[in-house]
Amino acid sequence: MADKCAKCEETRAPKSQRAHEIVAPAAADAIGAQVSATIDGKEIKVPIGTTILKAANELGVHIPTLCYHADLCIAGVCRVCVVEVEGQRTLQAACAYPITQPIKVHTHTAKVRRARRHILDLLLSEHYGECYACGRNNNCELQALAKEYGVDYFRFGHPDKPRFETDTSSYSVRRDMNKCVLCRRCVRTCIDLQEVGVLEVARRGAESKVVTFEDKPLADVVCINCGQCINRCPTGALTEKDFTDEVWAAIDDPTKHVVIQTAPSPRAGIGECFGLEPGHALTFEMNTAMRRMGFDKVFDTNFTADLTIIEEGTELLLRLYKALVEKDKSVALPQFTSCSPGWVKFIEHFYPEMLPNMSSAKSPQQMFGAVIKTYYAKKNNIDPKDIVCVSLMPCAAKKFECNRPEMCDSGFKDIDYGLTTRELGKMIAETGIYLPDMPKSDFDDPFGTATGSGVIFGATGGVMEAALRSVIELVMGIKVEDLFDHADITPIRGFEGMRIAELKIDKVGPVPDILKHLVPNWDWLKGATLKAGVAHGTANAKRVLDDIKAGGKFSECHFIEFMACPGGCLGGGGQPIPTSPEIRAKRAQAIYNEDAAYEVRKSHENPAVIELYEKFLTDGPCGHLSHKLLHTHYTPRGKFIG
Amino acid sequence: MISSVDKTCPLTFASVDPDAALKAVVGKKRSEVLAEVAASGLKGRGGAGFPTSVKWNLAAAARGQEKFVICNADEGEPGTFKDRVILSDYADLVCAGMTAAAYAIGATRGIIYLRGEYTYLRPHLEDVLARRRGRSLLGPKILGKDGFDFDIEIRMGAGAYVCGEETALIESLEGNRGEPRNRPPFPVDTGFMSRPTAVNNVETLAWAACILANGAEWFKKHGTEKSTGLKLFSVSGDVERPGVYEFPLGITIAELLRHVGGENAKAAQIGGASGHCVPASQFERTIAFEDVPTGGSVIVFGPDRDMLEVAENFLEFFVEESCGQCTPCREGSRKLLEGVKMLRKGTCSMKYLRELCGLGQTMQLASKCGLGQSAPNALLSIVEHFKDDILGRTPQAV
Ligand SMILES: Cc1cc2nc3c(=O)[nH]c(=O)nc-3n(C[C@H](O)[C@H](O)[C@H](O)COP(=O)(O)O)c2cc1C
Ligand code: SF4
Ligand code: SF4
Ligand code: SF4
Ligand code: SF4
Ligand code: FES
Repeated sequence: MADKCAKCEETRAPKSQRAHEIVAPAAADAIGAQVSATIDGKEIKVPIGTTILKAANELGVHIPTLCYHADLCIAGVCRVCVVEVEGQRTLQAACAYPITQPIKVHTHTAKVRRARRHILDLLLSEHYGECYACGRNNNCELQALAKEYGVDYFRFGHPDKPRFETDTSSYSVRRDMNKCVLCRRCVRTCIDLQEVGVLEVARRGAESKVVTFEDKPLADVVCINCGQCINRCPTGALTEKDFTDEVWAAIDDPTKHVVIQTAPSPRAGIGECFGLEPGHALTFEMNTAMRRMGFDKVFDTNFTADLTIIEEGTELLLRLYKALVEKDKSVALPQFTSCSPGWVKFIEHFYPEMLPNMSSAKSPQQMFGAVIKTYYAKKNNIDPKDIVCVSLMPCAAKKFECNRPEMCDSGFKDIDYGLTTRELGKMIAETGIYLPDMPKSDFDDPFGTATGSGVIFGATGGVMEAALRSVIELVMGIKVEDLFDHADITPIRGFEGMRIAELKIDKVGPVPDILKHLVPNWDWLKGATLKAGVAHGTANAKRVLDDIKAGGKFSECHFIEFMACPGGCLGGGGQPIPTSPEIRAKRAQAIYNEDAAYEVRKSHENPAVIELYEKFLTDGPCGHLSHKLLHTHYTPRGKFIG
Repeated sequence: MISSVDKTCPLTFASVDPDAALKAVVGKKRSEVLAEVAASGLKGRGGAGFPTSVKWNLAAAARGQEKFVICNADEGEPGTFKDRVILSDYADLVCAGMTAAAYAIGATRGIIYLRGEYTYLRPHLEDVLARRRGRSLLGPKILGKDGFDFDIEIRMGAGAYVCGEETALIESLEGNRGEPRNRPPFPVDTGFMSRPTAVNNVETLAWAACILANGAEWFKKHGTEKSTGLKLFSVSGDVERPGVYEFPLGITIAELLRHVGGENAKAAQIGGASGHCVPASQFERTIAFEDVPTGGSVIVFGPDRDMLEVAENFLEFFVEESCGQCTPCREGSRKLLEGVKMLRKGTCSMKYLRELCGLGQTMQLASKCGLGQSAPNALLSIVEHFKDDILGRTPQAV
């Protein structure tokens, strides 16, 4: 049936924590059967089982919603979307009502308007928060509904003091339950979409509250910091932990050399903070804006994305060599990517026994920090203690990552502050800059020239595509373009949750200089088929890991890319709100367009990377110094935290 | 016919042979069983008064490899205790009704969802089930009939009133938080484990067995055209003889009160906390699905009762028992309770009272399940009928 919730069907979340699903009555599954609905006098034919909300959308009839979210199962709890269905005694929730026989619907009768107004008044009567001082001011669904329905006074009162303490324990997510309207989107996000299950509604009736296990602080439970719940919270109840004040303070401190690196995804999203349609990349406008804000240097994280490919790729080749040539049974394969800190914490909590499969390479963010406070500091004669490394990330988990105690290999905290796209948007606005109007300018040297391969890290499958581009050229000794038009490895692109692509290595080339000290030749790879997997969203990650354990098709992979967030980083927990499948697809398009525009599109051809190995990491990829600075280790955490 | 179980008089149930019901069933085609129940006009005794035959027909027509019959023995409505009496004295009749339902809809598994507080009844019920298995009244090939396989298990409720709502009950059976589902789809299509499921009240099932044993015509001798048959009532409150009674549907409230010794009542709450509060001036109204409906609870208020206190008690119940998922019920019940407290203190303006009544109507219309839809009923009827009790209180210090 049309609206059968595929996510509900698929999810392996404990049943107790699933949202109630819409399943069509048995009589309705005659595939393709159509039924007519008349909404406010307009008629439409829809597949049986289509919800009133969807049918209304198709007709262009607006029905307000609050607990509904395009990415989530239907809850039907806020009741903001109620409409009148002829012949029904009570009002019906449009988001949850499947049309199974011809119906007539009225969306704004007196009863409906009064009910909506009452519901909003009720929500506001328990909502403690001041819009001026709220992270979601002007981007809040509750506020917007209050305006839309003409709320002019608090007819059922308004709280004058908070009921709950704000939970600021997590580096990534701040929870202020005084602003919570119990729409349960966060609960559904965490358990249905991400299958992590940190949040649940506890208690009953007026005592209901979204809680963690035993109502512990978020930092003390299995939260992976993905921030997906933030992106789907309609109010300011969930926000990222804000570090903009700290960053401003660093900028304003004349003794500090403040550098910022920007990841690929924020540039594809930040336009949305300035009212642009999704899918407008503002990479070079952003560079200008950040300089005007006072950042001393503006770098491109793509530089270390390329570096990651070299390090992670080399690590993979070494693992394969050990397994295939030295017949070392202890080598853990497939190798897992490690650039997504939400994913890292996920595996640490839920599959600690599989940590040996993780690449030891740090994420691009952390590699950059380590390189800045060593190589760059030395090269420019700056005392690393005076450098403040800021990173602009699409991600909430990066805030946690940069605060991991092990991320200090430069002798200092490698990254001082991680900012989300939203935070930077706010800072730019504070400077009085309208970003889309900024003149364009390039990134700063010495890392200036990045490659397209780094850019596509932002989309699911991007790391894998970048890695394959380099493998093809470094191992097979041919041009990617010989195999794939424009070097677009399209088989690995797309939004399916789990994918596998194969690359037959039917010929090998000479070992490039940079790897000569590691392997004598590639002959042992000749005739092999390299299998690469991709999974995005931890729900899919879970399926892939279980499949590996069960000896399924993913266990035959050599290398698997995992991203904690649905859609990859472009759907990260730090990206502009709202999010939806359409918005993420548009951001992905922006990223692939940018990739196509680069002159150099392969990580191993990045001249700055080559120079780094020539001048600094002289013992090569996976060599001694790179191990010290660019690689890390993991913490088996388990599910229970004392 | 008129009796009080807590005294000694027997109920009609005592005169019906549960075995006769099943013997009649196995001699009939499914469609004939459904037709007999349809002819009786039996409506659900759990409160909503949904025609039992319609429910069974839908479940019979639904496709599914496996179907369920669930006996709703959660009996959580305040002032209701008739299902307890039926389960302790006439459990065989209930089981026969479930088995007949199973035959009619093609179910193979039955579940009795027993209220947590009735755990003491469980051993007795297990005995009944065991005995029935021994007599081929449960299990494979019931009474030797090929393809008629059905068994019943008992599952315990955990104390939430809302779990008596059929979809919340199913959620609870599946191990989830007991919260009502979005409807449609209904349990007859997508019930327990997403299988077609008929959920019926204890009493409904017992009457169904009686109907199959004695015939639809026998059942229709009592009651009104739209509310056929006899019904059990749990009578409590300011009456001389509280207890479980059997009356025909269509009885006037006045007559009922005469039988139980509650003639001088000021009001009667028919249908428990979620029902309506009927003032003495309307005691000539009848208890029937077409007039004042009830699941069987009658709570009588004597002349000295403070009706606002009554409303406060009911609303405290709903604030406590709302599952909390939907806004109108969760927040609305709380606002109504606060309002009643203000009224008691004399600090509620007429304007705000009107606002609260409007809110009550919104709750009736927009809540997700019957709990929130009926939570304001008591207050709204008290405001309508007992203006004098409510208004004119002087502000108090507290
Ligand atoms: C809040 C709420 C509580 C309910 N509690 C009970 C109950 O305890 N017992 C019961 O039989 N029905 C109860 N019901 C009604 C059931 O949802 C359902 O209608 C009934 O079990 C159907 O059986 P019937 O058709 O035989 O009456 C309740 C309904 C609501 C909304
Ligand atoms: S959550 Fe929305 S309504 Fe509440 S204070 Fe923030 S902006 Fe205002
Ligand atoms: S950040 Fe991710 S894991 Fe943590 S509560 Fe939110 S959705 Fe769940
Ligand atoms: S925290 Fe946000 S998403 Fe979660 S229930 Fe509250 S308002 Fe909804
Ligand atoms: S009406 Fe009340 S009990 Fe029913 S779903 Fe809503 S909150 Fe829960
Ligand atoms: S949007 Fe439909 S009930 Fe919340």
